[in-house]
Amino acid sequence: MRLDRNTFLSIATMVIFGLVLWQAETFLGDYQIYIAKLIFINIILALSLNLIYGFTGLFSLGHAGFIAIGAYVSALCILPPAQKEIMWILEPIIWPFSDLLTPFWVSVLGGGLFAGVFAIFIAVPVLRLGDDYLGMATLAFAEIIRVLIVNATPITNGSLGIKGIPGHATLLVCYGWALFTLIVLARLCYSNFGNVLRCIRDNEIAASVMGINVFWNKVLSFCIGAFFAGIGGALLGSHLSTIDPKMFNFLLTFNVLMFVVAGGLGSLTGSILGATVITILLEWLRFLEEPMDLGFIEIPGIPGMRMVVFSVVLLVIILKRREGIMGTRELTWNRIFAFFRRLERREKA
Amino acid sequence: MSGFVLPTPPDYAGALLLARNVTMRFGGVTAVSDLSLALPAGAIAGIIGPNGAGKTTVFNVLSGFYTPQEGEITFDGASIRGKEPNDICRLGMARTFQNIRLSPQMTVLENIMVGCHVRRHCPWWMAPLGLPRFYREEEELREKGRRLAERVHLSEQLDETAGSLPYGAQRRLEIARALATEPRLLLLDEPAAGMNPQESLELMHFIGHIRDEFALTILLIEHDMKVVMGVCEYIWVMEYGALIAEGTPDVVRNDPLVIRAYLGEDVVVQNA
Repeated sequence: MRLDRNTFLSIATMVIFGLVLWQAETFLGDYQIYIAKLIFINIILALSLNLIYGFTGLFSLGHAGFIAIGAYVSALCILPPAQKEIMWILEPIIWPFSDLLTPFWVSVLGGGLFAGVFAIFIAVPVLRLGDDYLGMATLAFAEIIRVLIVNATPITNGSLGIKGIPGHATLLVCYGWALFTLIVLARLCYSNFGNVLRCIRDNEIAASVMGINVFWNKVLSFCIGAFFAGIGGALLGSHLSTIDPKMFNFLLTFNVLMFVVAGGLGSLTGSILGATVITILLEWLRFLEEPMDLGFIEIPGIPGMRMVVFSVVLLVIILKRREGIMGTRELTWNRIFAFFRRLERREKA
Repeated sequence: MSGFVLPTPPDYAGALLLARNVTMRFGGVTAVSDLSLALPAGAIAGIIGPNGAGKTTVFNVLSGFYTPQEGEITFDGASIRGKEPNDICRLGMARTFQNIRLSPQMTVLENIMVGCHVRRHCPWWMAPLGLPRFYREEEELREKGRRLAERVHLSEQLDETAGSLPYGAQRRLEIARALATEPRLLLLDEPAAGMNPQESLELMHFIGHIRDEFALTILLIEHDMKVVMGVCEYIWVMEYGALIAEGTPDVVRNDPLVIRAYLGEDVVVQNA
């Protein structure tokens, strides 16, 4: 591949950002690093849902299910056998899961692959539905996955969940997987394959007349999205060190959906921005829940206050900028340069 | 082979598309009844008829959206009855739509490239791996898209979104996208709809040119009689789902049944 200006700039930015993150512990506290890791994981989740919903137009509300599969598969792979024996108190863990121990990257890929393969079983019956019906069916499937996890006690430890998952997901590891996700999805979405997916989103009938196997391409996009959701789930489990079935309810899907819609459906850079801004906002608004002393009046801490403010922010976004931060546009180097040229011209004038 | 009466098309032996006794019902409504037509390779032919005569249904049956209850359709000697639209496209039949179906947010070039997809060789998983072969093909598709855009006079608007184009340009873009699938038979559903007389005239010439340039066979539905009579070599006339006349433009123009279908009973009486 020829190394043009834009590719060079992209690689340089990735490397410099990686170096900065490598040294992050010297200038960031534990809490900031915790948030930074969460941002990268959320970026992976947002990108994966954007492929399904933003590019292919499949209104899927089953993301939490795939995230759960990734998290559980990965946790089972990296938890030391001795620890598993102690933790499974309801029913002993069955072989081969009891003796399973793999490197972290294998467990992450495994989580992704499991989620991707499981997605096929959901996709084949469900993707014949359209729009709202598809949303309901995928939502139901996510609940089925959750109930399965609760009841498969000999494998998943049931509703007790899994604790003490080794924290292999360091900042650099999360960054690496986010980059991997971005590069794979960018190459897919901005090749002719991406054009095909967007054509299916805009007009299925036209796509099928152009010789495109609409159903097969939908299944493919759905499974690739589920694969990356599984990867995000695997990292999430290791990052939080604790997972239980209650975590993977509809609210998790809703969060990811919010990143995607706020960033812009059909824009990869939009998803990155959306995930970053909203993750930070959700943490930063925590101060609203603490007791406040305004000098003349003292407000006791109100739990849940940040969600109220957050809803207002979302309402404003929806009212003022319906297509999200980026719309379907991408933040490319050409756009950035064009922006600076405009600024320069305005200053001269 | 016996048991049905074939109409007498200009050259039955060389027929690229052959429909025999096709009947398409929706519940109790018969949209197309006992339709037979043979389209010789290399021809430009038209289907005309009053609104609701079942012309677009015929196109939908031919391109695989509906499977007719009765009858047989063959394309280049092979049966295509019951095949999926994407498989029929792969065999070499492309079409445009009466109501334009483009992706409005995608650029002109991207829209055309969607049409190129069916003829590409590299599978999707080569894209993330960054294989040189994939990117070479990708560049070929882009070049093919540019050539087709130039052919329909859209090379100035390559990077504009399809939705921002004027109506006539969107119609040309849809034809370019259909040509990108490398068809042998092109079905045009009211290509001149919404065009002014000047644009219609240009379209007539354009249809003749692309037939020669891409070695196409063209079947079109049209309301604009000037376009139909000017460009078609053979015409089928439909009314209430059935063929009422067929032949060269001159024959059709003077057929009393056609005049009655278009102008009403009284005119025929007065003429007689």
